[in-house]
Amino acid sequence: MENQISFFSSFGLNDVFFMAEAAYRTLLISMISISIGTVIGGIFGWMLFEGRILATILLGPILDVFRSVPLIIQLVLFYNFAPIVGFDLDAFESGLVILTLYTAALVANVVRGGIASVGEPMRRAARSLGMNYWQDLRYVVFPIGVRAIFPSWVGVALGVLKDSALVSVLGYVELLRASQILMTRTQEPLLIIAVAGAFYFALSYPISRFSAGFERKWSQ
Amino acid sequence: MFDYNFHWRPVLKSLPDLLEASLVTLQVAVLSMIIGIIIGLFLSVIKIKTRGLPKWFATCWIELARNTPALFQLFFFGFGLGALGIHLTPFFIVLAGLSFNNAGYLAENFRGGFNAVPETQIKAARSLGMNLWQAYTRILIPQVLRIVYYPMTNQFVWAVLMSSLGMLVGFRELSGETQFFASKTYRIFEYFAAAAIIYYVMVKLILFVSKLLAARLFRY
Repeated sequence: MENQISFFSSFGLNDVFFMAEAAYRTLLISMISISIGTVIGGIFGWMLFEGRILATILLGPILDVFRSVPLIIQLVLFYNFAPIVGFDLDAFESGLVILTLYTAALVANVVRGGIASVGEPMRRAARSLGMNYWQDLRYVVFPIGVRAIFPSWVGVALGVLKDSALVSVLGYVELLRASQILMTRTQEPLLIIAVAGAFYFALSYPISRFSAGFERKWSQ
Repeated sequence: MFDYNFHWRPVLKSLPDLLEASLVTLQVAVLSMIIGIIIGLFLSVIKIKTRGLPKWFATCWIELARNTPALFQLFFFGFGLGALGIHLTPFFIVLAGLSFNNAGYLAENFRGGFNAVPETQIKAARSLGMNLWQAYTRILIPQVLRIVYYPMTNQFVWAVLMSSLGMLVGFRELSGETQFFASKTYRIFEYFAAAAIIYYVMVKLILFVSKLLAARLFRY
């Protein structure tokens, strides 16, 4: 009886390290896509605000698609579309591309609202002080707008951090995929799910607390 | 240009099935929304009005729903409860996961709504002879629902998009059906493109209907 060989090995310390590494990959893919996506989204948002007709006809609907099609469909679609047009992308790269575009689409909307929130009188005042358009954008619109959109931007960033779990569908071993692998091996789903949840919570909760604190400080 | 032959005929042939599956998607989204609104109302009232254990419970629910990925929540209801001996069918896994998520997000929206309605209205309602239940359901909650109408619409769209995760727990809604046909015919790109279009149209329709409803409901 003592020598009975178990088919499944139990959850050990090594597995916690495995999951920590997977959490790092989750963080990696979401950090890169959030930073690039924010820059692109900022430019798109400015284009949506400034480019009157062309942007509303061309850019608006395209960004809209990213917001009204489930991310999982976008990922599978792009992963299968890239080889057709001759790009041989692996799971990480296609996940990165789609998450970046997804972030950009969400951020563009936020940024447009942020620029609109600065208000015409303020901008006229800036121009009449002798600032040119870019100075007005840099020294007036940017500082005021950033404060206005910061909470929504954090919301978008947290959303992307959580949605990066879907890249697991393509086979990228991030946190949720790792826990799935461990679940298959150890047959202890409840424990592993709890650990994975704790990891996600530990990534996401401090950011949302931090942003709430920041917001309170700014609103004073 | 493309080294790939697109075959749209199988997609056209199974289009009725896909449309039928999209009704399943709508169904689960609507149900999860109704359950989510009811639980969310309770959670936000509990969080505002009580102290101690009930408040702790509501806070835990809200923070867990908001700080972990929706896919993780589905896995919990699928694999986690399975480990405890509770085996839900795919439909109920998706329904439970979405309802849990909706309730958490909506509770936070409702909290803002409750704070926006003056406290004195409850006192006025009580002094007219209503009991607390009547005061809440007839005076306070209608106003709250009106204030959070647009966030609620967004949450509904979000629920429709998130129901696509049902694909990963074996639920045959639009995405699950799409994947089923895609793996049957190997026309992955074509099928997922069709699903993306259906989702897009569905979301646009929902937003349109919600606008019409808003015009009808908020005439005064």
